[in-house]
Amino acid sequence: MNVIQAKEKRPPRPRPIINDDTDFFWNGLKAGKLLIQKCTGCQVLRHPSSPMCPECHSLDWGTIEATGKGVIYSFVIMHHPELPPFDYPNPIGLIELEEGVRIVGGLTGIKPEEIKIGIPVQAEITKFDDDLTLAMFRPVSNKGGN
Amino acid sequence: MTGSISGKAAIAGIGATEFSKESGRSEMCLAAECVLAALEDAGIDPAEVDGIATYTMDNNAEIEVFRNIGGKELKFFSRTHYGGGAACAPVMHAAMAVSAGVANVVICYRAMNERSAYRFGRGVQKGIPDMTAAVSLSWYIPYGLVTPASWAAMTATRYMAEYGAVSEDFGRVSVAARKFASTNPNAWFYEKPITLEDHQNSRLIVEPLHLLDCCMESDGAVAVVVTEAERARDLKQKPVVIRGAAQGSCDDQQMMTSFYRENIAWLSEAALVGNQLYEQAGITPDDINTAIIYDHFTPYVLQQLEAYGFCKEGEAKDFIKDGHIEMGGSLPINTHGGQLGEAYIHGMNGIAEGARQVRGTSANQVEHVEHVLVTAGTGVPTSGLILGTL
Repeated sequence: MNVIQAKEKRPPRPRPIINDDTDFFWNGLKAGKLLIQKCTGCQVLRHPSSPMCPECHSLDWGTIEATGKGVIYSFVIMHHPELPPFDYPNPIGLIELEEGVRIVGGLTGIKPEEIKIGIPVQAEITKFDDDLTLAMFRPVSNKGGN
Repeated sequence: MTGSISGKAAIAGIGATEFSKESGRSEMCLAAECVLAALEDAGIDPAEVDGIATYTMDNNAEIEVFRNIGGKELKFFSRTHYGGGAACAPVMHAAMAVSAGVANVVICYRAMNERSAYRFGRGVQKGIPDMTAAVSLSWYIPYGLVTPASWAAMTATRYMAEYGAVSEDFGRVSVAARKFASTNPNAWFYEKPITLEDHQNSRLIVEPLHLLDCCMESDGAVAVVVTEAERARDLKQKPVVIRGAAQGSCDDQQMMTSFYRENIAWLSEAALVGNQLYEQAGITPDDINTAIIYDHFTPYVLQQLEAYGFCKEGEAKDFIKDGHIEMGGSLPINTHGGQLGEAYIHGMNGIAEGARQVRGTSANQVEHVEHVLVTAGTGVPTSGLILGTL
């Protein structure tokens, strides 16, 4: 995917704390890829990532690049407290990717009152600053948006 | 394994400070005060205390509390992880210690200036001390999903979609709690009931949650004293026997963010705790006369009513609408006003109220109480108790 530059300049967002089990994911986003961990032993996908496969206990894993297509499985709209890095209301989705795993990401290009469970979305990998690139999700039917 | 912990230990004393927004003194001072009050209530000399159990997010070291009360020989101390979810665990650990014979008098406490010093509701952005927690929260905080209310709301939205619950169904929990608080002189919201309209008109914190879906923030402290049931029989107060005590955590458990299970609307760890408790006590949910259902956020009360077996999955909204959780209903809950109405002392004030219901001394006393269920924080590894008469 192309990495999009966030339009609005704001104070920096909270940083993720990254360790050996999660750095592939954050590095992937910087390279424009939404990567999901895949067990080498039993081929099961898992997110959030972990060093051991809960299914077969293998420590060997690789990644697949997700298409970024999914549907909204659940969502919230943040109103309070208002933190300087974010616009409010701030909608955030729990997305079920077509590969079968769920992942949390910001929702963009949709009015809060129009957000519903089941809406198809597409990941938009967005660079907020030199250190932070995140997966935002935009409804696929929405061509315009903000 | 049947009932090995059941009936061996009892809550012999309860103590608390006032509940406020600014206590004006140190957390250690609050801890020492509530522990001493609980020992006085029980009629036990502080020098007899030989065990201490608390749970994480309390900042008062066990040995310093022990030093303050003039303790002599401390033989058992435990601190259970996972904050409010562990609220009932210290009492379980105390009952285990007493029944195993490693300690005779165990104090359990939570003392916190949460409102004046921390304000959990402000959210986390950095400086998370626990590495596991920091890495886990990193999937959420860069998006602004930073508050306990926001993590609870993510589950609540899905719960509403699964079962057709609406905001008013959550609001009825808050209205019922505030009604009980309004007649409890120790409650922060004493004489301040609300209507469902007040709930609906309260500002949005994180949709679908309004302000009045969220517990308050409080300063204060509560302690209980656990000793052998046989000994408690001869002490000052009517014994509150621990009929069941359990902890639970299930598959793919995360701290408030178990978003990856097949059905996130079902609280599997609460069901696990409930099943253990009923088996230990040898009773069913029908035998519970009143319950303290941990009310950090109202949607979790609905989910717990289902997981603890008081109604079927998805039917809590009807159970509540039919008045079951109010005085005169089949299961009055949170008769102290809960953490929505009395105070947010991380569940320990609910254990004290459970004890009062067994003693018959609640400000909102339910008639003919034999068994009280007390639950702890959910959305996290959790715990629970069944308290009963001797």
